[in-house]
Amino acid sequence: MRLNLSFGAAALALILAAPVSGAKDKEKKSTPSPAASFDKNPYPSTYRPYAGTPTLIVGATVFDGEGHRFDNASVEFRDGRMVAIHKGKIEAGAGVQVIDGTGKFVTPGIIDIHSHLGDYPSPGIQGLSDGNEATAPTTAEVWAEHSVWPQDPGFSRALANGGVTSLQILPGSANLMGGRSVTLKNVYSRTMQGMKFPNAPYGFKMACGENPKRVYGEKGRMPSTRMGNLAVNRATWIKAQDYRRKRDSGKLESRDLAMETLAGVLDGEILIQNHCYRADEMAVVLDMAKEFGYKVTAFHHAVESYKIGDLLKADGVCSAVWADWWGFKMEAYDAIPENAALLYKAGACVVIHSDDENGIQRLNQEAAKVQGDAKRAGIAITDEEVIRWLTLNPATAMGIDKQTGSLAAGKMADVVLWNAHPLSTYAHPDKVWIDGALMFDAADPKRRPVSDFELGQPGEGDVK
Amino acid sequence: MSARVTALAATALLSLAAAPALAQSVAVTNATLVIGDGSAPIRGGTVIVSGGKVVSAGIGVAVPAGMRTIDAGGKFVTPGIVVAVTDLGLVDVESDDTSNDTGSSRAPFGAALDYSAAINPSAQPIAISRAAGVTRAAVIGGATNSIFAGQGAVIDLGADSDPVVQSRAFQFVELGEDGGRIAGGSRVAAHAVLRNALAEARDLARRHGPNVAAADMRLATATPERPGDTVLNRFDAAALVPVVNGLQPLYVRAERAADIRAALALKADFPLLKLVIVGATEGWQVAGELAQARVPVIAKPLSDLPSDFEHLAATQSNVGRMSAAGVRVSLGAFADQPRHATQYAGNLVGLTRVPRASGLTWDKAIASITSGPADAIGMGDKFGSLKAGRAGDLVIWDGDPLEMTSGVVSVFIDGVEQPLENHQTRLRNRYMQPQEGALPKAYDW
Repeated sequence: MRLNLSFGAAALALILAAPVSGAKDKEKKSTPSPAASFDKNPYPSTYRPYAGTPTLIVGATVFDGEGHRFDNASVEFRDGRMVAIHKGKIEAGAGVQVIDGTGKFVTPGIIDIHSHLGDYPSPGIQGLSDGNEATAPTTAEVWAEHSVWPQDPGFSRALANGGVTSLQILPGSANLMGGRSVTLKNVYSRTMQGMKFPNAPYGFKMACGENPKRVYGEKGRMPSTRMGNLAVNRATWIKAQDYRRKRDSGKLESRDLAMETLAGVLDGEILIQNHCYRADEMAVVLDMAKEFGYKVTAFHHAVESYKIGDLLKADGVCSAVWADWWGFKMEAYDAIPENAALLYKAGACVVIHSDDENGIQRLNQEAAKVQGDAKRAGIAITDEEVIRWLTLNPATAMGIDKQTGSLAAGKMADVVLWNAHPLSTYAHPDKVWIDGALMFDAADPKRRPVSDFELGQPGEGDVK
Repeated sequence: MSARVTALAATALLSLAAAPALAQSVAVTNATLVIGDGSAPIRGGTVIVSGGKVVSAGIGVAVPAGMRTIDAGGKFVTPGIVVAVTDLGLVDVESDDTSNDTGSSRAPFGAALDYSAAINPSAQPIAISRAAGVTRAAVIGGATNSIFAGQGAVIDLGADSDPVVQSRAFQFVELGEDGGRIAGGSRVAAHAVLRNALAEARDLARRHGPNVAAADMRLATATPERPGDTVLNRFDAAALVPVVNGLQPLYVRAERAADIRAALALKADFPLLKLVIVGATEGWQVAGELAQARVPVIAKPLSDLPSDFEHLAATQSNVGRMSAAGVRVSLGAFADQPRHATQYAGNLVGLTRVPRASGLTWDKAIASITSGPADAIGMGDKFGSLKAGRAGDLVIWDGDPLEMTSGVVSVFIDGVEQPLENHQTRLRNRYMQPQEGALPKAYDW
């Protein structure tokens, strides 16, 4: 029988698939097929928030991530959760750590929807290069989490310089279907599971355009063209639909990792994160998604989204973009610095992403670039709207917006205190809390992570 | 179109492109004037450019009657941004080999490669960088078939047909991991290749005798006999003669502290070398030696990750520490686009406000992307600041140039006001509203 999979993807990621229980099946077998009944969460998160102190940041300028700004406000959190944003300065209760926010700024923790930290870590040497399983054009069976090296020094820079508290690690874009992504809390752990964001849905990485056709064309195999890209994708989706039909009618005998992931996409449990540069290709992908009955959650890179802001808005698809990367490949030749601004003007969803171990340290500055270029193009975008591109919008496109991405009461206390306006080049995180635990403090040399790799190396105790 | 019409149109285009733009006299008044030499901005300042050069800049400067005057309305006016070690003008699209002249992996030459031959002033990266306030650059491709990338060019980014300010302005060599890989698999090999090459060049120079100061040694007519066991071909050896004689700077790419020390040690064997260190991610560890040697450093500004085993000591404080130690450090060798120079400089200012970190003051940060690289190139007396006599390269900004929300209002190069339109601005204008109108977008131009 068909499983009812209409409830929330986040909840689904945790549970076991319901065993097949139709009357017809009962006659056939007493135990469910292994293909239909399996642990959907075999590498579960073991992340636990570290201890925090009830905290009140007093008198700061606060951007809540949902498009609001509060001047001279106080931010309160305790037991790992947001309590409230109070207007003005309020008195702290007993046992509450008070932090003077005068002249400083508070935002939700920054979220990067597109990172390869851990999969393409530093040092970027062959022995640690685990981001592309570039041996077949579709590798839906691989999971990025199985490549994550939790000792990547990049996590610490993203925290200390970028205020990044959550990030999605994606497989690379060599393949049309690159595999599952994983969402992490930016808290070092001995294990990948210890960083894994609790209850986050999986994403699925797809890629359009130049990369797959180049990688496989050079190997003398399909795809070597954009039409080849589409043909391989469509053939794979047809298989996935077939697999899902068989699964739902209890006819599967054995498991298939790739098909389980693709069926998860068709079920709406796994969110499509689609690397795609050109507008015309995005339009084709949107039709392909309709053809097979899935949704594209976000186009990544999407340097030509500005040409089809209306289409993206209509389909409710986010664009995760750089501010101004341009021209490094042919499909980036029509990138413009006003891309995000024009998307915003068209009412489409904007996310600023990094795809880069350096860029992730300065996502706030990328957003500032867009704001400035927008202004010069006659498009006024408030600071509080711009901050949303780094916080609530990526959280939504990653399916974690109920847990984090803004300073709403009850959410995870993922909070950055900035020493200056976060859209200024001169701003740096002063303190970063993750689930209410202080994980970075510019004033405390020891409250900064140093990965195993960097121990004993020159500059180990450096502020970096 | 008939062949005749095509030919006529082509002629018209060519003559347009070749027409030298005339340098105007212009005064910019009421500016927050940044000279670019590390001094503080001057409020209410005036800069006067005439004959393509800065005539005077400062406070209380009188504007000659009848001179075109731009009231900056208090806006920042800075020297044009100077970017050292970039591939501007060699590339249309980085990943497209056909349009990319940065690598010559199957060429028979290394040190002899002269990049000035390939500079394309019409390439979009130049137009886009110009619109972001970049006015001069030291251009070189990557080392591919030899540890020597070849002879770099200094260019201006003016919208004209004459980009090259100085051809064969410097030689570039890779030491470190890249140099080792190219030389045959190790740093050991790279150092042997380098020393042999310089020794062969010195030998060739001796054999040339009085001809060694020829403008282009590769083309020197009297070609003396060389010993039979040379490794370099004559063209490559000749290209290194001005290097070994100290007439042409040698840019050495080195990241690891030990590699920088090894580069400085070259002076013991080749005392006339004019070294410039490029990259220098671990430079803070050898800051004292760099300062003492008075060797300019063109540093990658925010390299803070151990991206490989020659970047283990990477820290954002690198530039700040070198500067504090008295190293002649400027910013460059950006892995990405030259127009990000202001962002790098701004971040170094931000670091001065982070406990235990080192950065640059705002004044020094501006200098690190203007007069600093110009000095490192050896042309600080020609451009890179708004001191009298320097090129009339200036940029008017709509805000603090180091803030990412700010942008460029006007750019002058050699006193000529520059067009700021490019492929990107045209696309922006076409797609301000994404839907087609009465006709397809292709008719909207």
